[in-house]
Amino acid sequence: MRLTLLIGLAALAAVLAVASLLAGEVWFSPGQVLRALTSSPPNLTRLVVLDIRLPRTLLALMIGAILGLSGAALQGLLRNPLAEPGLLGVSSGASLGAVIAIYYGFAGVVGWAAPVFALTGALITAGAALLLSRGGATLALILAGAAISAIAAAGIELALNFAPSPYAAYQITTWLMGSLADRNWDHVRLAAPFIVAGGVLLLLSARALDVLALGETQAESLGVDVGRTRLLILFGTALGVGGATAVAGAIGFVGLVAPHLVRPLVGHRPSRVLVPAALVGAVIVLLADIITRLVHIGPELKLGVLISLIGAPFFLWLVLHVQRRTAA
Amino acid sequence: MTSLDLDRIVVQREGRTVLQNLTLSFAPGALTAVIGPNGAGKSTLLAVAAGLLKPKEGRVTLDGRALHDLHRRDLARRRAYLPQFPKVDWPLSVERVVALGLTPSLPAFGGLPAALQARVQTALEAHDLLALRERPVTALSGGELSRTMLARAVVGDPEVLLVDEPTAGLDPRHAIDAARRLRARADRGCAVVMAIHDLDLALRFADRVVAVKDGAVLAAGAAEEIFTERLISRLYDVQARLTRDEMGGAIRFID
Repeated sequence: MRLTLLIGLAALAAVLAVASLLAGEVWFSPGQVLRALTSSPPNLTRLVVLDIRLPRTLLALMIGAILGLSGAALQGLLRNPLAEPGLLGVSSGASLGAVIAIYYGFAGVVGWAAPVFALTGALITAGAALLLSRGGATLALILAGAAISAIAAAGIELALNFAPSPYAAYQITTWLMGSLADRNWDHVRLAAPFIVAGGVLLLLSARALDVLALGETQAESLGVDVGRTRLLILFGTALGVGGATAVAGAIGFVGLVAPHLVRPLVGHRPSRVLVPAALVGAVIVLLADIITRLVHIGPELKLGVLISLIGAPFFLWLVLHVQRRTAA
Repeated sequence: MTSLDLDRIVVQREGRTVLQNLTLSFAPGALTAVIGPNGAGKSTLLAVAAGLLKPKEGRVTLDGRALHDLHRRDLARRRAYLPQFPKVDWPLSVERVVALGLTPSLPAFGGLPAALQARVQTALEAHDLLALRERPVTALSGGELSRTMLARAVVGDPEVLLVDEPTAGLDPRHAIDAARRLRARADRGCAVVMAIHDLDLALRFADRVVAVKDGAVLAAGAAEEIFTERLISRLYDVQARLTRDEMGGAIRFID
């Protein structure tokens, strides 16, 4: 059952990844791509596939996976079905970092300024959330995260409010919408180490997450170092989601939705949710990114906007579902 | 045989002394009832004895070795702890929850080895859970959940078992069942400690009693020495009457 699920999801992600190489302004057939890649003289098809579409596909895969994975780990850690990277302020911290880079014009001077600032923002907010909730229970962490998230959001609004030029405000706004358009290998090189490192840290917490289903006291009594697990997951999330937000902007809901889609299929075991949730996250982002390329209504449909359009109603359904379950 | 010893334990919380200068010993094969009014420090005492709460002063030793010198996993293998109203946050199956009790014995990677799976089977059998093994724990009744959690606690065959209010919220039949299971555990050589409010159950099943009041031990010893009208009245600040007949003893409070 579990293996079938993993193979099925991996196959689906692979199919979408290939489709993502073929789809776009100019459609290629698989044969065209194969011929272009095997023929020796450089040609336009090869250039488009290798330098434009492949980095974009890889980013979609990695970003979707780390968002799904961190959502699953956070929901396991906090034992709260509404937990996601955004809840702890990691996403908004990363956004604020990038906005500062754009606002002060660093982003215009060096290309990697926005990503580096975003990553720093993510690490600072996650660290602050952890520090503020130290010694407290899970609820303290959620509340601290929500408060920090609100502070970061206020900072972003302040930047928009005093934007030096309408162009800067426009740049900030579009960046906040999240997109994978015009990303290249530099972005992959920048994000990949952080996403991979974050992913490894999150996966290391698997067994502790299972025991945490019994609550923190019992987990502690069974030899789990709850404080260390918390640190591992928050740091992993900050690295991974910080890296993802750094290159693609804010993409919400994937971390919230992906774990819920797979949880009933793996008997609700927190450790078993991790990998399938990562695959589902990758599938969602790949699919949404393909759709943004196919929709032609005026300006580019932003990836983050599209995912929110689908994710928000799901979130509403989730809230109602949880309410019904707790009322029963 | 393992004994758990508390030596001059002092616990402070927000400047207030919760436990003061506590010295106790829990012997293997004994079922010790920790009794006392609300807020006396029973739960804190259990948490300290389990090594989950570090005392400000004093030390807790398992066979002469300080708890915090033991490796986390070693300690987890040797002593089990159940908090009051233990709950599970995800609808895991009963079998999975019981298996979680073996976490400290798991190899670094991979699932449950066959030898440990056999222990889960034994624990499910011993706690009448075979028919419920696939059921989500969130769908269990209070009595069933209590049996599941007890099975979870003893599946690793701990040397010391600390249980906070094992009978809270249970009807008489299930409360007696829970106490009887703890008694049986003690009879097999485990040092069992339970904080309990139901004095009739303590009177019936416990062989040792620790009476705690205002963070200090008022009296500790064999059950028959502690269960006296004078001591119980003093412990709870309510007049107590102790009646004994051929069915055993009962305590009645008169105000």
